[in-house]
Amino acid sequence: MAERHLPLLALALCALSAAFLGWHLRAPFGFILELRATKLAALICVGAATGAATILFQTVAMNRLLTPGIVGFDALFVLLQTLLVVALGGVGTAQIPGAWRFVLEAVFLMAAATALFGLLLRRDASDVTRMILTGVVLGVLLRGLASMVQRMMDPSEFAVVQQAMFASFGRVDGGPLAAATGLLAAALLAALRLAPALDVAGLGRGAARALGLDHDRVVLVSLMLVAAMISVSTALVGPITFLGLLAASLARHLTDSHRHAVLIPAAALIGALILVTGQFLFERLMGSQSALAVVVEFFGGLLFLGLVLRRGRQ
Amino acid sequence: MIEVDGLNYEVAGTAILHQVGLALEPGGITALIGPNGAGKSSLLHCMAGLNRPVAGRVRIDGLDPFTAPGEERARAVALLQQSPVVVSRLKVRDLVAFGRWPHHRGRSGARDAALVEAALAAFSLQGLAERPLETLSGGQRQRAFIAMTYAQDTPWMLLDEPLNALDPRHARDLMARLHGLTRGSGRSIVIVLHDINAAAGWADRIVAMKDGRVVAHDASAALLTSQMLADVFDTPFEVLSHRGRAVVVAR
Repeated sequence: MAERHLPLLALALCALSAAFLGWHLRAPFGFILELRATKLAALICVGAATGAATILFQTVAMNRLLTPGIVGFDALFVLLQTLLVVALGGVGTAQIPGAWRFVLEAVFLMAAATALFGLLLRRDASDVTRMILTGVVLGVLLRGLASMVQRMMDPSEFAVVQQAMFASFGRVDGGPLAAATGLLAAALLAALRLAPALDVAGLGRGAARALGLDHDRVVLVSLMLVAAMISVSTALVGPITFLGLLAASLARHLTDSHRHAVLIPAAALIGALILVTGQFLFERLMGSQSALAVVVEFFGGLLFLGLVLRRGRQ
Repeated sequence: MIEVDGLNYEVAGTAILHQVGLALEPGGITALIGPNGAGKSSLLHCMAGLNRPVAGRVRIDGLDPFTAPGEERARAVALLQQSPVVVSRLKVRDLVAFGRWPHHRGRSGARDAALVEAALAAFSLQGLAERPLETLSGGQRQRAFIAMTYAQDTPWMLLDEPLNALDPRHARDLMARLHGLTRGSGRSIVIVLHDINAAAGWADRIVAMKDGRVVAHDASAALLTSQMLADVFDTPFEVLSHRGRAVVVAR
């Protein structure tokens, strides 16, 4: 049934990864391979984490149009970058070692997400909608703060911030990548272990509790996993809002399943596939490097509009 | 048996149930009737351990649903709520299979599969087993959800207004099935009903509630009098007898 799609997706990802690594490989082999392998690992990590996190988030929020990005992760990330540049200056920011910067950003984002999810849900985990709306409002506030600070900046320093405002896979370091891979793999495994409980949670809070599920705990654990996955991937490459929506929607459509044991790996594989395919096309075949994030956002945004319109008609 | 003692339940400071006491012997159908806002749903949710009362106690065959682990509670009592969420792409068989969750916690076995098939058969859903929920009619969907509750295989089934949105034929069909379950497989059913005639026709006992209190509790035939109904619903009723059955008519 639905499970048969998973090996196919995995196979496609392997084939594309091989093409990504081996296409027009010229001397010095070792150097180029290492460069490409680092980038490939980053693409797969970010794609898989974003896809899986979106499935978790949608199930917990009982809404298939949402992505975790809606609660303002990207806005917080941009504000953080802006404040870093203001505090340390453009040159100072650029001089922070990559590993430290990654740890700083990841810890900061994770703390903020935990604060948002944890504080809002500790009293009453039944109200996920309120948590999301609070996140949306906070996101607008943070975005406003960031653009206010940016207006007061020196233009050359603003350019440094601007670079960080869009996801880029070209600037990933090996050190943070290894840590991120470990973290994301652990979060993915935890999400898979939670899969049967998530199936039940999908029936809604009332029905899930009637079946004996500790619904509030499942929601809290899921949101912590989402926070970890999104924080790490945002800190690694920057914010991507619509990739998750794209991956999760395709996964649901393709597998036609409600089972999270299928949906989570499918969305993870599809997320990785989108990024690797996109980067391969842009970098190897079309020669323009930095537009992948923009194109993913473009198609993700189109899909989002399509889903909203289709739902409106039903 | 279900024992409820001195139950007080509040929502945001507003008292919903006052000192509710009730003892339900196992077996048969018990109908909860009463006007809107009488606290029928709240009482049902308290019995299922989902609404935590501010005072009082509930025992289901000796089990305290508020302190027992979730899966143990869900093996003693099953609750079907009003207007459950319809998950898109979920097939009828998969929905019914969720009823087995408290027993297998995600690792279903052959016994679970057999009981799911039995539940599908008990509610004549075999032909619809592979259909996604959203393609079913309201009556079929309601049957699927009740089949899930049945598959939970609990001694007690609590159903909150399952006849909502059912036409007379499907409502009758459902009540007949439930009646059959209490006779055949020894289930005890507590059901919230707005149709007093459905209660009169199918229930073994009736519990009448008003303003968060139980005002009457007796065998169906003995309890249904025009005076009692007029007091509970604040509207005049006539209780007629037709072929040995009580028929309630609003005047």
